[in-house]
Amino acid sequence: MSELLSKIAECIEFGKINKAAPYPPQMKGQDGADELTRQALDEGIHAQDILSKSLMIGMEKVGIKFRENKVFVPQVLMSAKAMNTAMVHLKPFFLSGEVKQKGKFIIGTVEGDLHDIGKNLVSMMVEGNGWEVIDLGTDVKADQFVAAVKEHENAFVGLSALLTTTMVNMEKITKAIKEAVPGAKVAVGGAPVTNDFCKKIGADAYSPDPQGLVEYLNAQVA
Amino acid sequence: MGRIIDLVNKGKTLVSDGAWGTFLQKKGLQPGECPELWNITKPNEVFEIARSYMEAGADMIETNSFGGTRFKLEKYGLGDRVFELNKAAAEISRKAAGNKFVLGSVGPTGKILMMGDVTEEELYDAFKEQCLGLEAGGADAIMIETMTDLDEARLAIQAAKENTKCEVFCTMTFEKTVAGEFRSMMGISPTEMVNTLIDAGAELLGANCGNGIENMIGIVEEIRKVNSDIPVLVHANAGMPIYQDGETVFPETPEEMASRVKEIMVAGANIIGGCCGTTPGHICKVREVVDSE
Repeated sequence: MSELLSKIAECIEFGKINKAAPYPPQMKGQDGADELTRQALDEGIHAQDILSKSLMIGMEKVGIKFRENKVFVPQVLMSAKAMNTAMVHLKPFFLSGEVKQKGKFIIGTVEGDLHDIGKNLVSMMVEGNGWEVIDLGTDVKADQFVAAVKEHENAFVGLSALLTTTMVNMEKITKAIKEAVPGAKVAVGGAPVTNDFCKKIGADAYSPDPQGLVEYLNAQVA
Repeated sequence: MGRIIDLVNKGKTLVSDGAWGTFLQKKGLQPGECPELWNITKPNEVFEIARSYMEAGADMIETNSFGGTRFKLEKYGLGDRVFELNKAAAEISRKAAGNKFVLGSVGPTGKILMMGDVTEEELYDAFKEQCLGLEAGGADAIMIETMTDLDEARLAIQAAKENTKCEVFCTMTFEKTVAGEFRSMMGISPTEMVNTLIDAGAELLGANCGNGIENMIGIVEEIRKVNSDIPVLVHANAGMPIYQDGETVFPETPEEMASRVKEIMVAGANIIGGCCGTTPGHICKVREVVDSE
């Protein structure tokens, strides 16, 4: 069983979606995340084990390599694609409650900002690390975040921005969330965002890379 | 008037303009508002920006069309006005430029090819549509900029080259990795950029945006290691933005930027201008240094 799980983890780490996928070249012709996850379930391996002992391991590895600039956005996107393919097989077990996720994470690009590449990357990394992600999309206003935080009890919130002019909206949104739900935790990220900015606006966490956010979230529920 | 490339090949160092996006914001453009729509609704404000860079001494000015592909404009419900908005952008800068040059700005679409967001044909068509508008409005060159993906940059260059008579330029945006190497968001290095973009038809290469003029020196040196002939342009940010009293500011002063201009000329840059946070004040100082060399 452990060999199969580590093979799936490898598919996630290197972005091997299925047997037909040409990427990555060194894994050409081999089974991918799609086939191997199906096989693992057929062999009676628990969906929970597939999630935590292979998908999360693979995503963590690619997250760390991304932080260290050893891989770039394309590799992370391929890993996320491979993970999504595996997740399709696991979906019924999420719905039945057999697989437990770590918690809920609400994410959106803030009001006035239509950029979604960074937000999507973070969303995929967080999901791949065992969290349920509620993606509110782009140009998300304070009241939309507040409504989501009220609807999903104990959910953590992530605010994304690419522009220097829209990151200022993070302050307003963070205040609105904390006013509506005292104790709510808000993380901020995006190209122009810094730790200094995070502190100034009263947000709880900042990370320059998705893996740092995953580690923050995991530490909150450990 | 000739071509920009001919002037560069004669050994001239030229000065380009500074920021547009951050300048429009200073003039009241709100987050969530479409910058390109101002070419129709507030043409005088846009003209003022173009004119101020001419007065600062630029040899060429860009156009207010960075987000002018249908993929960006459709987010504002303006996807069917690509030609009109880009033509208007070029007309405004043309009017301000007089006998100087107009660079029609073309930015990335925000779509990722490898994720299957779009096909190559769709990207090519979108860039073609935009470039035709810019040419119709009087652009001399198409300035494809802030690219991070090699394939998207290549398609934009091909679309400009195969469908317009404009000169075709392309710059990408690089950041320094933790190991100290320059890479675009998609992992492309300056040296990897060179041959692909030249093969696609680019007549000038370079870098824009990023974290200030200092990094630009290193990027130009890398480009020059693999190609000593291709004209090189840099549009540098005024440093990395910092947050102060509820707004973001770009810290590099005109004097600081100007103090590195000589080095970047020595490294091999032929055209020097600014990106986010730079002002006519920056361009004026760059002009002084270029003229004194």
